[in-house]
Amino acid sequence: MGEFLLAFVGGCLIGLASVLFLLFNGKILGVSGILGGLFQRRPNDTVWRYCFVAGMVSGGVILRFTQPSAFSFSLSRSVLAIVTAGLLVGYGTRLGNGCTSGHGICGVSRFSPRSILATFTFMGFGAAVVFVINHWLGGRV
Amino acid sequence: MIAHLAASFFCGLLFALGLGVSGMTQPAKVTAFLDFGGDWNPSLLLVMAGAIGVYSIGYRLVLKRPQPLFPGKFQIPRLRKVDRPLAIGSAVFGVGWGIAGFCPGPALASVASLQREPLFFVASMLAGMAVYEGVERWRRA
Repeated sequence: MGEFLLAFVGGCLIGLASVLFLLFNGKILGVSGILGGLFQRRPNDTVWRYCFVAGMVSGGVILRFTQPSAFSFSLSRSVLAIVTAGLLVGYGTRLGNGCTSGHGICGVSRFSPRSILATFTFMGFGAAVVFVINHWLGGRV
Repeated sequence: MIAHLAASFFCGLLFALGLGVSGMTQPAKVTAFLDFGGDWNPSLLLVMAGAIGVYSIGYRLVLKRPQPLFPGKFQIPRLRKVDRPLAIGSAVFGVGWGIAGFCPGPALASVASLQREPLFFVASMLAGMAVYEGVERWRRA
């Protein structure tokens, strides 16, 4: 399959997983919210989060053996840049109440004004940072 | 209870497979999508089209039911007001996303590859989330 067809099919699977999650559990599938909730230690609200995480990592294991190219990391990024990015993504998604899944897919589909603003904001800032890295810093940080 | 946890696991697995098939787990593709001023790769637009297409139909069908399949109520965010934490958090997230090319879901699935970048990214992302919870608890106290 070509790159564009795979992108579309993969997107449909992402949407399907999110629909099934709503059907089964009644919740919005948002990865940052599911992870962040682990730090709130609410009673009876933890085990399902670990099950979801285990499912995601298991999906990753399946991909690793069936489609190893799915995990090619070909950017020139130092450990410091990766760690900084991780801290910003962790803190920012919690402060902004969602990431690409919860805001970008589920929220935009619901026409939520908050999610639409969030999606334009993180895409805009992401694009600005990529512009600086690729065109001013020679593609490496 | 077990079925509920199995459903969480299954949705996580399907979600991760969709991310891998779509190309979202390859940070170079993500930054190429965000590089509007350079060699723009539109494939992630098709990921969003597939995911939003399936979810916007599926979510409306699911919400015709009185409740989810497993005990509990639908928990759909009702807040529609745009506020400052939403905008700042999304901007911070966007900066991190642009630096590493990882958002929370694809990074989590990529842990299975045992490569250095996703491992460092996810560890620091969880640290960023823990910092957020710590700050919130301190502010409320």
